[in-house]
Amino acid sequence: MKVNLLYFGRPREYLKLAGETAELSANAATVADLLASLRTRGGDWAHELEETRVRCSVNQELCPLTAPLHDGDEVAIFSPISGG
Amino acid sequence: MSISIQTGDFDLAAEMQALRTASVNAGALVSFVGLVRDMSNAGKVENILLEHYPGMSEKALQNILVEANSRWQLLGVRVIHRVGELRPNDQIVMVATASAHRADAFAACEFIMDYLKTSAPFWKREQTAGGTTWLDTKASDVARAERWIQQGDME
Repeated sequence: MKVNLLYFGRPREYLKLAGETAELSANAATVADLLASLRTRGGDWAHELEETRVRCSVNQELCPLTAPLHDGDEVAIFSPISGG
Repeated sequence: MSISIQTGDFDLAAEMQALRTASVNAGALVSFVGLVRDMSNAGKVENILLEHYPGMSEKALQNILVEANSRWQLLGVRVIHRVGELRPNDQIVMVATASAHRADAFAACEFIMDYLKTSAPFWKREQTAGGTTWLDTKASDVARAERWIQQGDME
């Protein structure tokens, strides 16, 4: 399945990427699985996408890393929010 | 209810005038303006960069206003959040509420601000002499937002 990935905050800066389309294996069922798969790219990916460093949303709703993924989802990965 | 996310500055007096004109039966207007602070844990702040998630940020703010509207009797709400590069003392955010009585206007204004801090997708990167830092969510902001949680409400 495919998901549309967006990056904001610290990961956007350090991974030098605003977004991409990611093809996931069928066993990538949750956001945590997606992060684990992205971390296998190594280097900054392994460090920046550690579970404790990032927060996420699926289809523009904040969600826990246990949130399930579906084909066509818009998944955003970002550092903890700090507006206002 | 009106929301703006913009790079430009805003004029509090003009915004309050507009809210007053639009809220004919109001007996109270409350406003809050958040500013860029000049000192952080890392030292003297030179500037901050504010980033947001276009699409979701508007939606998240809208959800917060809907929730505020369901809890209090509001006649008008105006929220402005700036993005882009800002300097110490610059205005970052404005929340203004109009209601028949001050209790609802005060409470809703504080609620909106507290929820915005922890649930709207905005990020601050601070520049000091030592470099840049993406700020973390403050535990004190989480605690303030949690005070508003009622059984069966927003997570």
